Amino acid sequence: MDELIKYAPDLGLGFLENVKLSVVAAVASLILGTILVAMRVSPTPVLRAAGTFYVNVVRNTPLTLVLAFSALGLSDQLGLVFSETPLTNSFWVVAMGLSAYTAAFVCEALRAGVNTVPMGQAEAARAIGLTFTQSLTMIILPQAFRAVIAPLGSVMIAMIKNTTVATAGGFLADAAAVMKITFDTTGASIPIFLGVVVAFMVLTMPVGFFAGWLQRRLAVAR
Amino acid sequence: MTENGDAPPLVQLENVNKHFGALHVLKNINLTVSRGEVLVVIGPSGGGKSTLCRTINRLETINEGKIIFDGQVLPEEGKALARLRSEVGMVFQSFNLFAHKTIRENVTLGPMKVRGVPRAQADKRAMELLERVGIAAQANKYPAQLSGGQQQRVAIARALAMDPKLILFDEPTSALDPEMVQEVLDVMIGLARDGMTMVVVTHEMGFARRAANRVVFMADGQIVEENTPDEFFTNAQTDRARDFLSKILTH
Ligand SMILES: Nc1ncnc2c1ncn2[C@@H]1O[C@H](COP(=O)(O)OP(=O)(O)OP(=O)(O)O)[C@@H](O)[C@H]1O
Ligand SMILES: [Mg+2]
Repeated sequence: MDELIKYAPDLGLGFLENVKLSVVAAVASLILGTILVAMRVSPTPVLRAAGTFYVNVVRNTPLTLVLAFSALGLSDQLGLVFSETPLTNSFWVVAMGLSAYTAAFVCEALRAGVNTVPMGQAEAARAIGLTFTQSLTMIILPQAFRAVIAPLGSVMIAMIKNTTVATAGGFLADAAAVMKITFDTTGASIPIFLGVVVAFMVLTMPVGFFAGWLQRRLAVAR
Repeated sequence: MTENGDAPPLVQLENVNKHFGALHVLKNINLTVSRGEVLVVIGPSGGGKSTLCRTINRLETINEGKIIFDGQVLPEEGKALARLRSEVGMVFQSFNLFAHKTIRENVTLGPMKVRGVPRAQADKRAMELLERVGIAAQANKYPAQLSGGQQQRVAIARALAMDPKLILFDEPTSALDPEMVQEVLDVMIGLARDGMTMVVVTHEMGFARRAANRVVFMADGQIVEENTPDEFFTNAQTDRARDFLSKILTH
């Protein structure tokens, strides 16, 4: 227990990075995932193919490789630099990789939601003169989104836990990295280990409960 | 009202053919709808009535032939097609009200998003239309909270909100409990009286007799017979039509 108290400030700072990564990736992956699902259901074959390709490649690649790719491929090779400060730069590299990865799952959850919206809704939208984009953004996606809030919650929970592999993208300041560094100096410590686990549960469990509650609240009655 | 002097017809189908894979659902259809006319389309299941209706606002594309609406060949896609659809109302068998929007929002969405009408004005018009179809008191409810008959009347108000030149009705009362059929038909009869051009797929003979100028009998993808409602129901010319009428008359 002593070592948990001793290292709590360091671990806390690390955990704060996980929280920051989670927030950035949640926002970015929801936006990117929505764009991807729009591509996947669009009437334009090229967009559909591009969306499908992206999702299938990214979803089937281990996250550690996606993160390594954003660090080595994009950042080092192509010179994509977010910040002069290495730690800040690697934060954004990881945030980008994690968002790109999570977006594929957001897209698939939303696509399942689109399938729950009856055909007649899109037909009625087109029949009053809404364009494809309007009918997607005003009629289809709002209903699709409400149908899959709970699954999206699971995607977000997985994403939050995935922030712990940030080291794969070169980001060495998150709770898991700090924990590992601590273990290297003090030896493995069950209290520290449990402390980190509890911290994540405090973060993820409300997400699950909130998503379930919101899904029930916003359910579309048919 | 059918004979409209030299005014061109509102809708004109010329040699329209439509296939679903191997199935030939519309066979050489030639049909005109004049301004102010109420046309009833009747016929056995699978005859192509819905498909015909849906080709007029291009919810279904056609393989051959030409459809002219208000002097223009139907646009293929994009903005022009959306504009055409905004001028053609459609009322579906299953209502298809936007499930996540209130009754009022269902009616104001088109005018606001398609026509750019300001909210206050769209709201005012929506309430007038909902008044007209007798649903004003339910304006803030959601579709699922209304009965089928009420939902269908809202669907009619939603179509009317776009000030359409034509309204297509595809079996608007078939999904309704019997006691709700008349309230919807009454609204439709009112529209017909006010001079709205309507194409109505229905088996409601009472409506056809009271409101229609002309009945088109469709079977196997073809227009088999065309006549005034009285003539058609009392004195059908083809065996196919007589056979069909004997079936719907007996139940
Ligand atoms: N999207 C589709 N794909 C394949 N076949 C279709 C499709 N829509 C309709 N059909 C077929 O086309 C034929 C005509 O259908 P349509 O719905 O126009 O008939 P209908 O006269 O409206 O019949 P009903 O009275 O049952 O509504 C039917 O055989 C139907 O199975
Ligand atoms: Mg039909």
